[in-house]
Amino acid sequence: MSAAEEVVTEAPAVEAVPKRAMTLGYGTSLVVLAALVIIPLLVKNFIIFQMTMLLIYALAVLALNILTGGSGQFSLGQSAFYAVGAYTSAILMEHAGMNYALTLPIAGIICFGFGFLFGQPALRLSGVYLALATFALATAMPQLLKLGYFEHWTGGVQGLVVTKPDAPFGLPMSQDMWLYYFTLVVSIGIYIASVNLLRSRSGRAFMAIRDNEIAASAMGVDVALYKTLAFGVSAGITGVAGGLGAIAVQFVAPDGYTIQLAISLFLGMVVGGVGWLPGSIVGSAFIIFVPNIAEGISKGLSGAVFGVLLFLVIFLVPHGARQVAIVAQQLIAKLKKN
Amino acid sequence: MLSTLRIAAISAAVVAVAATSTTAFAQKKYDTGATDTEIKVGNIMPYSGPASAYGVIGKTEEAYFKMINDQGGINGRKINFVSYDDAYSPPKAVEQVRKLVESDEVLFVFNPLGTPSNTAIQKYLNSKKVPQLFVATGATKWNDPKNFPWTMGWQPSYQSEAQIYAKWLLKEKPDAKVAILYQNDDFGKDYLKGTKDGFGAKASSAIIMEESYEVSEPSIDGHIVKIKAANPDVLLIYTTPKFGAQTIKKTAELGWKPLQIITNVSASVGSVMQPAGFDNAQGVLSAAYAKDGADPQWNDDPGMKKWIAFLDKYMPGADKTDGSIVYGYGAAQTLAKVLEMCGDDLTRANVMKQAASLKDFAPDTLLPGVKINTSPTDFAPIAQLQMQRFKGQKWELFGDIISGDVPSQ
Repeated sequence: MSAAEEVVTEAPAVEAVPKRAMTLGYGTSLVVLAALVIIPLLVKNFIIFQMTMLLIYALAVLALNILTGGSGQFSLGQSAFYAVGAYTSAILMEHAGMNYALTLPIAGIICFGFGFLFGQPALRLSGVYLALATFALATAMPQLLKLGYFEHWTGGVQGLVVTKPDAPFGLPMSQDMWLYYFTLVVSIGIYIASVNLLRSRSGRAFMAIRDNEIAASAMGVDVALYKTLAFGVSAGITGVAGGLGAIAVQFVAPDGYTIQLAISLFLGMVVGGVGWLPGSIVGSAFIIFVPNIAEGISKGLSGAVFGVLLFLVIFLVPHGARQVAIVAQQLIAKLKKN
Repeated sequence: MLSTLRIAAISAAVVAVAATSTTAFAQKKYDTGATDTEIKVGNIMPYSGPASAYGVIGKTEEAYFKMINDQGGINGRKINFVSYDDAYSPPKAVEQVRKLVESDEVLFVFNPLGTPSNTAIQKYLNSKKVPQLFVATGATKWNDPKNFPWTMGWQPSYQSEAQIYAKWLLKEKPDAKVAILYQNDDFGKDYLKGTKDGFGAKASSAIIMEESYEVSEPSIDGHIVKIKAANPDVLLIYTTPKFGAQTIKKTAELGWKPLQIITNVSASVGSVMQPAGFDNAQGVLSAAYAKDGADPQWNDDPGMKKWIAFLDKYMPGADKTDGSIVYGYGAAQTLAKVLEMCGDDLTRANVMKQAASLKDFAPDTLLPGVKINTSPTDFAPIAQLQMQRFKGQKWELFGDIISGDVPSQ
């Protein structure tokens, strides 16, 4: 934890221009966007599915990034919010027959409320203690989902199978491709909203709390409100990601949302760079693809290989993808001068 | 008039059959994943994560197919066994199975492990018409050929095993006061349901206590003490191996001697009975369908001799007490039999058709008398078990082979 904390506290020192350092320049953004739009047209459905999962986990990592990078609070309980979002979508689709697109805002709102309420008692905690409280939430969630009391809706341990939506208006594209572009639109919407949130008054309040809580309250920032608000926003976005995940995987079960997922998301945030929103997609790629690479190197020792790769990343680029991006930017600037 | 019509119909049918069978012999038929030289078989296993102990099954199957390939393959074709890690996580299982089907282009998916993972991929594989063959889970829902014609189980279902216990108790101990200790997941709940179904109308009077535990609990001693306080005379131990050993040990420590029945999953001599203490385990009952690799009574059994020869050559140093190796060997042998029956018609439809026409097939590792039978309406290959009692350092089988087919609801 201390390493991560160090990153957070050091973060402002690294950023030359705090506001802009949270995002990418327009040119780079457009290149990334173009790649995300064009690549699916050229690859197999399976790769499209992987890219969909990439965007979904990127959203979840982004949500954690707003919480930790933005307001300086830790959470190891994101898997719980993800699960609530996933189950909300799945239950509304399968039991209430609701359109998949409509279930997402509902999942977001329910998770926002859940996160906001959870943020109330969590206010009294900070640093590692807060992390532990959220950890408790993550370990409790799979068992809560198994409770006989909810079984009628959740399907208990058997989970719920979700029907994948077809492309609307008779568009000539596969279910996977449609879902990908749908996810892409949602993701871009949330990304832009998040960037604007962090640049807004509220975003500045988040960052003020992160940097120095006492100074922030002296400046008139309602610390309690903004801390719980950050929790709520983060949980809401995670909920939307969970809902999308349920639709893409076509299945929800308690075993899919264990503490393992929360730790993966945390890992994704650190690898992507704490507080750097575009890093979310890099972090997401890391948690999806690196385990596969590790398995390719050695099946029996995949966990160990993953550990070594992770160690290398943390050791060589402790600030994650942001550090790589900054170095690349400086190199390009140097080349331009010459 | 009627008879002439009938003759005409029969002769037409004969001609049709003759025509199709000659074409089947004349040409080789392939779907994606099969060629003249190779059959590509996909698999997912939890090599990492909470259920990684089962990864041995995948490694055994890989070794078994290596042996088959060294012997020249099946009908001249080598088996290319592609196995990925799903870490026992449903989203990962979907990703890996899609990779197998769409990127590796396997002919079918064989023996994927875990009820949650299989539930997650079932709809996908059935919509793609890719066989999900011999799934490695004992849930009852895999025997559902009407709704899921591309999914087939392998081992006896947990519910049918539990029914066998209930029926045995009804017959041998009709006044039993039964307490059930079960794992709070699909595994434990399937056993619970099977037991209640088996007791039928007597369930509410016979079962005096149902106690559940979470798989994440480090020890279940507290539950045993609680159950003992209710004073039942039969304890059904519906647990996974670690907790099975703890239960047997704790009841002995408490000086409590109820009649104990433990799940087949936890009946391993090496990983349950020995850690629990042989003295403590005397008289415990269970049911079995496969031989125990650590049991000396099979030393001269021809099937187990083949199994040991296989282990010595292809998995040197493997732990013979690990039931997963017996399991993987039996499943892989069943698949080899199905592929042999497919001949040169290696289409996905024919793989399912042949898998659904196994008649009295007995893999080396199954108990004498337990046979694999399937039909287009019966997708539960192994449905027979035999009761056994722990005596000395091994299980002693007793009674008849009992069949416990349970249709999926």
